Amino acid sequence: MPEGTMNQGIGASVRRKEDKKFITGKGRYTDDINRNGQLYAYFIRSDVAHANIKNINVNAAAKCEGVVAVYTGEDIAADGIGGPICGWTPTNRDGSAPKEPPHPLLAVGKVRYVGDHIAVVIAESLEAAQAASEKIVIDLDNLPAVVDPATAIGNTQIHDEMDDNVYFDWELGDETATADALGGADKVIELTVTNNRVIPNAIEPRAAVAEYDEIEDRYTLYTSSQNPHLTRLVMAAFMMQIPESKLHVVAPDVGGGFGSKIYIYPEEAVCTWAAKKLRKPVKWTADRTQAFLGDAHGRDHVNKVKLGLDKNNKIVGLRVDTIANLGAYLSAFSMVTPTYLHGTLLSGCYDIPAIYTNVKGVCTTTVNVDAYRGAGRPEATYLLERTMDYAARQIGMDPAEFRRINFIPKDAFPYQTAVALQYDIGDYEPALDKAMEMIDYANFGSRQAEAAKRGKYRGIGLSSYIEACGIAPSAVVGTLGARVGLYESAVVRVDPTGTISVFTGAHSHGQGHDTTFAQIVADKLGVPIDSIDIVHGDTDRIPFGMGTYGSRSLAVGGTAISKAVDKVIEKGKIIAAHMMEAAETDLEFKDGKFTVAGTDKEKSFGEIALSAYVPHNFPHDRLEPGLEETAFYDPLNFTYPAGTHICEVEIDPATGVVDIVDWAACDDFGNLINPMIVEGQVHGGIAQGVGQALLENAHYNEDGQLLTASYMDYCMPRADNLPSLKIDYTVTACTHNDLGVKGCGEAGAIASPPAVINAIVDALSVVGVTDMSMPATTEKIWRAINDATAKAAE
Amino acid sequence: MYATTYAKAKDVADAVSQLKGADEGKLLAGGQTLIPTLKQRLASSDCLIDLSDAGLSGISDEGGSIRIGAMTRHVEVETSEMVKKAIPALAALASGIGDRQVRNCGTIGGSVANNDPSACYPSALLALGATVHTDRRDIAAGDYFTGMFETALDEDEVITAVSFPKPEAASYVKFPNPASRYAMVGVFVAKTSSGVAVAVTGAGQDGVFRHGGLEAALNSSFSAESIDSVAVDDSVLMSDMHASADYRAHLITQMTKRAVAAC
Repeated sequence: MPEGTMNQGIGASVRRKEDKKFITGKGRYTDDINRNGQLYAYFIRSDVAHANIKNINVNAAAKCEGVVAVYTGEDIAADGIGGPICGWTPTNRDGSAPKEPPHPLLAVGKVRYVGDHIAVVIAESLEAAQAASEKIVIDLDNLPAVVDPATAIGNTQIHDEMDDNVYFDWELGDETATADALGGADKVIELTVTNNRVIPNAIEPRAAVAEYDEIEDRYTLYTSSQNPHLTRLVMAAFMMQIPESKLHVVAPDVGGGFGSKIYIYPEEAVCTWAAKKLRKPVKWTADRTQAFLGDAHGRDHVNKVKLGLDKNNKIVGLRVDTIANLGAYLSAFSMVTPTYLHGTLLSGCYDIPAIYTNVKGVCTTTVNVDAYRGAGRPEATYLLERTMDYAARQIGMDPAEFRRINFIPKDAFPYQTAVALQYDIGDYEPALDKAMEMIDYANFGSRQAEAAKRGKYRGIGLSSYIEACGIAPSAVVGTLGARVGLYESAVVRVDPTGTISVFTGAHSHGQGHDTTFAQIVADKLGVPIDSIDIVHGDTDRIPFGMGTYGSRSLAVGGTAISKAVDKVIEKGKIIAAHMMEAAETDLEFKDGKFTVAGTDKEKSFGEIALSAYVPHNFPHDRLEPGLEETAFYDPLNFTYPAGTHICEVEIDPATGVVDIVDWAACDDFGNLINPMIVEGQVHGGIAQGVGQALLENAHYNEDGQLLTASYMDYCMPRADNLPSLKIDYTVTACTHNDLGVKGCGEAGAIASPPAVINAIVDALSVVGVTDMSMPATTEKIWRAINDATAKAAE
Repeated sequence: MYATTYAKAKDVADAVSQLKGADEGKLLAGGQTLIPTLKQRLASSDCLIDLSDAGLSGISDEGGSIRIGAMTRHVEVETSEMVKKAIPALAALASGIGDRQVRNCGTIGGSVANNDPSACYPSALLALGATVHTDRRDIAAGDYFTGMFETALDEDEVITAVSFPKPEAASYVKFPNPASRYAMVGVFVAKTSSGVAVAVTGAGQDGVFRHGGLEAALNSSFSAESIDSVAVDDSVLMSDMHASADYRAHLITQMTKRAVAAC
């Protein structure tokens, strides 16, 4: 690589190119976009959880100053506009299809959660729209709320299409073999594990600006999305029913998503529909309360777990029965998250011969639940790692050792799990060893004793996780019920002067693609990183894209870029061979130079680029002019990042306050492109997982009111909730993509919750506490200590 | 936000007269509660009367007490050498209110007028036996706080300053609500010539209150251990998703012990 670019390629901690605009406040988000003559939409939302709509009177609102239109669900229905759809549907265990009740953009006949959209006021100003919304008279006939997933089945019916409130009843694995294994086990460990409901809280609330060009008969929608092409596809084909080419979707700078911006929501569709109806641009931006009430929530599972061990404490079987709360309506990935992204991960890092899981997805009068950072994999990891810890305690074995003896051995890869996946590569012991070393596991006892002298309970907790990332092979997911493919596209366009634009179907909303993707290209082409621009988020500029989620951007999108660059190099070689009058087979490309083996002949990458566009001396018989290549990459398998996180806590028994005093994370993400960005992802993921473990909870009361609908009540993690994190890696390169990468975006959020809870239970084990639910609030801990102490005194 | 008008009062008399002239006038101090409430349309006002130029800011040593003007920002109390020397617990309390942005804007008068049941300042007023000065009278702290978000102020009455007698020793310990970081339980312990006062914020159903049982125990022996046997009645405490009443009662004991130990 030429001088000066050495520190910009793969493996270099290049500072993020995109940060200058973001930290100087120059990012351009959807709400920063304004169109001439735009109108403002304000949605009227249900303030009750469940009710029949008897009447909606909009007359007074429609007459208010500045109001242009007021629409209800009947107006949407009259135009035949459809609602959000589910993008991936599992099959029920009896072979039938799951129930997919309709989700109207604006409620028709019934409201089903607090925040459900009832009507929209469109006015010349937001203030006018909001003021008019208070004049709408809504006559509701209240019905009982259904909030608790554990009792949702057979409770008050929410949808006409579903008499038992069960969307699906799915299974995976061999039930008989698992029953036999548990029946023959030396010990069976049983535990109920609840994964609490959390709210994604992207820093940028969702927003939409929609406009309609009458001359071109074409819509443009600016929206805060993780996957603009998916938005275009779903909105054109299923909602608006217009030609896909007539809808241009732009996701400009997007301030975080964590999954909540995968899904296509009613608001952006209503704005798009209204923009044509009114022949004016229509803008909507959620405020924070609307984000709490309306953005898809995450998690919310209740699991009954049975783990069978033989006399040597080797796992012989695992059965998990899960109830997943999907909320009032289905959304894009809501059904796949608790099924194929959850059940398939139940083998974890362990060699488990028999596994069976049954998952029932239930409907409640709460906002829909969809993919949230990790999507199914954190839930699987949490129940498994809690059970592993609980089991180790029951059998009196060190939890690290218990994990170690059950790890899939290094020489067993590729490893076929009992739940469909085949892990291509991994090596779990070195990560466990390294993490134990980083946190000085061996001397924990002395730290615990020292803390006890200060009146504190000290505990240590492990979590050895695996995730299936880089989703995914289209052929595989298709057989599992996906209605989409999960490849990624890339165009690498080399300009005549050698500058490069990379068009990617992945979407950056905090991940640092402008930097990481440019590093791949810089490394492969030997050009400076500043000569490379990464373009994303615009359906008119990018061939197609499946977007960013499931830690897939690098493993799938990055590989597509790598393949497109390879095509550029191959074409460059033919051009160079022609120019240097050499045989193509003698051409080599390295460090930005095309050379002829065994000679001193060379052409720079820039010379070849120029020749491609000024093709005076060019192999016209072989090639078309120009230097632009497209690649679509569909992976052969998921990638399987794994590792061990260890958390150490100190608990003040007088108050129940948990202080996380140390953290060691050793992850295997395969090859790292930008270690600094990877470390940032791990930090963010751990913080998010710590938030769920200690602080965050979406609290619906029994009437279905969301009591945590502002930051006064919903507790996000802050910097002072975390210690300085010790981060390190092991590397087993992914075997089936060119870069040997696995993905790192979700790992921290997957690994961390069980590490925290295991550490808390370990700390509290001195008084006899054996379990703790999330979030482990100070009150819960105080109460657990009290209860355990009282029990011990009996 | 509902439409409103905004005017600056040039002095206290002007503020009172503007308040009298408005239908639903509201005094704007630091705006850290009022502005978010207005923005969320949870409150409305036809006239916001800004007190920032009304000459109500400043801290002075009055000999036996420290007088803090109503428009004095939390950051000024937090960093005042005078306060830090005479009543360090008060400076420390101010340093723990909200975040830096809140402390740069929020005022003592605004906090005391609002009497949020989870605010920090009311406990200091009650424990230290402060006096609330208004445009027309002086009100003893013990008579001032009359319930959750309720005070003895008349509709058009303006707080001008708060005077805090200098204690022998004092300490404030807050157990913050993890989300809002308001007090879930805050205990201000003050030792004065007339005895020990213990004021509790964040926990009472009627807002800030003094705890007679804790005070009696500490008056007989000023030590953390002396309150071990004092019962804290949880039937008068708030119970919500963040903390049940019995947990709050327990925290009152714990925070009191810590405050006593820090005195």
